[in-house]
Amino acid sequence: MDKTPTLLGLMAEGHEHGYDLKHRYDQLFGAERPIAFGQIYSTIARMIRDGYIEAMGEEPGGGPDRKRYAVTAAGRDYVRRWLSSPDEPSPTLQSNLFAKTVLALLLDDDADALLDVQRHAHLARMRDLTQAKQRGSMLERLAIDHALFQIEADLRWIDVAGARLAELREEVRHG
Amino acid sequence: MANGIVTQGGLLIAATGLRKTFGATEALRGIDLHVERGEVLAIMGPSGSGKSTLLHCIAGVLTPDEGRVVIDGEDVTALDADARARFRLRRIGFVFQFGQLLPDLNAVDNVALPLLMSGVGRRAATTRATEWLERLGLDDQLSKVPGDMSGGQAQRVAIARALATEPAVIFADEPTGSLDSVAGENVLTSMLAAVRELGTTVVLITHDARVAAYADREVIVRDGQLSAASRGDVA
Ligand SMILES: Nc1ncnc2c1ncn2[C@@H]1O[C@H](COP(=O)(O)OP(=O)(O)O)[C@@H](O)[C@H]1O
Ligand SMILES: [Mg+2]
Repeated sequence: MDKTPTLLGLMAEGHEHGYDLKHRYDQLFGAERPIAFGQIYSTIARMIRDGYIEAMGEEPGGGPDRKRYAVTAAGRDYVRRWLSSPDEPSPTLQSNLFAKTVLALLLDDDADALLDVQRHAHLARMRDLTQAKQRGSMLERLAIDHALFQIEADLRWIDVAGARLAELREEVRHG
Repeated sequence: MANGIVTQGGLLIAATGLRKTFGATEALRGIDLHVERGEVLAIMGPSGSGKSTLLHCIAGVLTPDEGRVVIDGEDVTALDADARARFRLRRIGFVFQFGQLLPDLNAVDNVALPLLMSGVGRRAATTRATEWLERLGLDDQLSKVPGDMSGGQAQRVAIARALATEPAVIFADEPTGSLDSVAGENVLTSMLAAVRELGTTVVLITHDARVAAYADREVIVRDGQLSAASRGDVA
């Protein structure tokens, strides 16, 4: 999963402290593997360096967790571009697409549209494979069929996710 | 993937501003769709999104409440019912999921029927029907009735019948929807081999991505509209 835009998106949702950010991340995406504080702070440092967020000063109480950050216009732009760009079909696609879908719902972006962009990208890949298949030997055709079925499985997941967007929105916003 | 710029000479179908309501249901909510000559276009989208209604409005089976459909230079939305039926018979072929063959006629007679209806003599119609069936690999099914064929064979007969009049465009609604994936793929590839050779345009509804992957392009219908990505509005 692309951690940087995911964390940036959660900051844009209103999680302005590192501590808060970790909890929101774990709640949505960390069921199997919670994110380490170290990774939160190293990502924050990189996002500051790249101009995606700014430190807003500290709140009373002190300590590293009390620092607040705000997403800059460049940061919002980066998240938006990430949300609207399709992923290559691959074993890591599902987690990335899942993160994009959830973030789009949280940020009131168009989750249907991002799933459609991904559908077209998958179909374009399937079309290329299908063309290669028609020229191939039986052995090659069967190997390509395997790849086609895997992309198709991703597409079916996209269909199911698309059909459940309304429920997912309710759950991630209020759950 | 995006529509791109289509030259007038390359355009076979131009549908603009299509709207269709059934009672309280807005089945089509303003659809623009262009199809190039010789293009194979897949229409995808969730169940109930308006795919069949779109196909029927373009093919002149249904009249849209609003909008215009031009096929091969003919404004089909401006034709009266009789003229539209004649246009369909001459210029359009249909393939549906199942049930469109006449159960009492054998394969040759089923395929010959649209030829006879468009004025071809019986002998010529029978010869041409036989040729089409052979082309679709049905040499040994010529005198069988649909009930004695497999689902895939019956679909091939339906495709031969749609192709027999050499229409400008074939509209197909889930043509492989009732077949398993191997039979479906075999039927589809034999249909596409024929249409690619003839330059026939195909507009095909399918929920099956493996089928859509044989098309040149796909559009997604969602709630009676084309998705933004299908219209080319999104990166
Ligand atoms: N003849 C009809 N009368 C009433 N409602 C219809 C009719 N045909 C389609 N609809 C409605 O219009 C919508 C789109 O239907 P349809 O075009 O068949 O969708 P799809 O082919 O994508 O499954 C659905 O809500 C369906 O119930
Ligand atoms: Mg339908």
